[in-house]
Amino acid sequence: MTTLATRRRPAPGGSTVSRPARSGASSVGRPGFAWALPATIFFALFALVPLVAVAVLSFTSWSGLGDPEFVGLDNWKTLIADPVMLKSLWLSLLFIALGVVTQTPLSILLGVWAAGNQRNRAVLSAIYFIPLLLSSAAISVLWRALLDPNFGIPGQLSWLFGDGNLLGTQTGAIGVLIFVGMWQFTPFHTLIYQGAAKGIPHVLYQAAAIDGAGMVRQFFSITLPQLRNTAITSIILMVVGGLTTFETVLILTNGGPGTDTTITAFYMYQQAFRSFDFGVGSAIALVLVIVATAISLVVVKVSGYDKMNSSLEGL
Amino acid sequence: MKTRPNYLAGIGSFLWLLIVAIPLYVMISGTFQTRAEFGDNGPLSFPTSFTLQNYADAITSGFGRYFLNTLVVTVGVVAIVLLLVPPLSYAIVRSRSRAASFVFRFFLLGLAIPAQAVIVPVFYLINTVGLYDNLIGVILPTAAFALPICTLILSGTMRDITGELYEAMAMDGASPARAFFRLVLPLSKGGISTIAVFSALQAWNGFLFPLILTQSESTRVVTLGLFNFQTQYGINIPGLLAAVTLSMVPVLLVYLFARRALVQGLMGAGGK
Repeated sequence: MTTLATRRRPAPGGSTVSRPARSGASSVGRPGFAWALPATIFFALFALVPLVAVAVLSFTSWSGLGDPEFVGLDNWKTLIADPVMLKSLWLSLLFIALGVVTQTPLSILLGVWAAGNQRNRAVLSAIYFIPLLLSSAAISVLWRALLDPNFGIPGQLSWLFGDGNLLGTQTGAIGVLIFVGMWQFTPFHTLIYQGAAKGIPHVLYQAAAIDGAGMVRQFFSITLPQLRNTAITSIILMVVGGLTTFETVLILTNGGPGTDTTITAFYMYQQAFRSFDFGVGSAIALVLVIVATAISLVVVKVSGYDKMNSSLEGL
Repeated sequence: MKTRPNYLAGIGSFLWLLIVAIPLYVMISGTFQTRAEFGDNGPLSFPTSFTLQNYADAITSGFGRYFLNTLVVTVGVVAIVLLLVPPLSYAIVRSRSRAASFVFRFFLLGLAIPAQAVIVPVFYLINTVGLYDNLIGVILPTAAFALPICTLILSGTMRDITGELYEAMAMDGASPARAFFRLVLPLSKGGISTIAVFSALQAWNGFLFPLILTQSESTRVVTLGLFNFQTQYGINIPGLLAAVTLSMVPVLLVYLFARRALVQGLMGAGGK
């Protein structure tokens, strides 16, 4: 409690002199900014400087050899007129929407369940989290093998999957990508919800039980509202994750059939590292950053997260 | 209060268990079957024979080398993270300077920067300094992108060290460096092992940076090896499954022995 006053940020104008003597004594052992410097420089070099550079590169033409050449708005004009780019943005939004609506209810249910204290819970959760540990590359290769039209599961269960070539149609390919995304990421979101559900005070449930609320009612009136902040975090992570899905698309569908699963992140890779058009690639990368930020801001705004104080208000 | 069983969630969780476990079962049982048997019986059948040939195939196709490369990348990334993050988190938690609180917000912002957004400039940078197709060129950006989340996790741990302990050290006239080595490091062992495990997992599973920044077989990492194996021998499903299984073994071992650190890190990653 004594640290409360010293934690307050110093008022503008340097109030260090007016601070009580004992806090002066405790700042003797405080580290200076130099301690943060190496990590900050390192991170700036690989994340912040490139972020600025990508904006600059989006106005240049560069094939990977020689030096980038300034071309003004050419790349942006190319992109705006490019039907594949527009299609990729719609596909990305579709991916994000389908990802959120499939993963959110499932991970809330699983998370709330895993937060309970059933006896078999620990063992089951240990298995649930396995996909979380595996690389996207391994998961994609695994599913590609499992879904192989000739030697995979669809071939064996042809009554369920028809001709078995799931990745051959747009609907099938999108379905597979969404399903694999769900398989891979639901454990992570389950874990977040589990942590949050464990933190909901028992008093709330006791009060509800006294008022005669059943389990379903408790779930909708207490658990869900209490998980609201967590849901926003989780959805933002899903949005950014969905927008930057890459390995699964590259390995499972390679953007196909045709360009039917070429989402924006994959199109960026194609333009930059397959067509060696780094200028257009940079412009697409910038679009990705803008879209990710915009969607996250919308989620925060719509949910009222910025105005919210605490979900425990009134306790 | 006694928790009543939640049947709906119980059934749902059992179904989900099947969805998670069946592919893993097919993966492992497939690796012990010959290609002919796997093709004839289908992936869901019980294996009737036993062979280790698929693992032998995977290893002789170059995975030994890929494992070594991934190991080098992982060790490099963890070393950089352990060198940079503890002092940074110490400054964020304890420093009075306004720059330090600005740095914290800067790293929070960094959480939202996807690696894809900066991959072209990073490629340019690594090329320019002559580290293309060199494992160091993979290590540097991978470590940089592990910093924000590790900083978030570790500064969370360090905040739990009470002010009284620091004051006691300051009374004895200890310098910030002494407080760091004598007080902060020993008391944040849990957080440090969490970020070590966490950044190791990221490095081990990394794909985009190696894909963009390396090309030859001598610098190929496991994840790229899997991708390559699939493009080349996509028809050899049991061999492919053996390669995938091999790539998972080290991670599963870590999960077995450091589950707490890992799960805590992941929870912290999303929950804060």
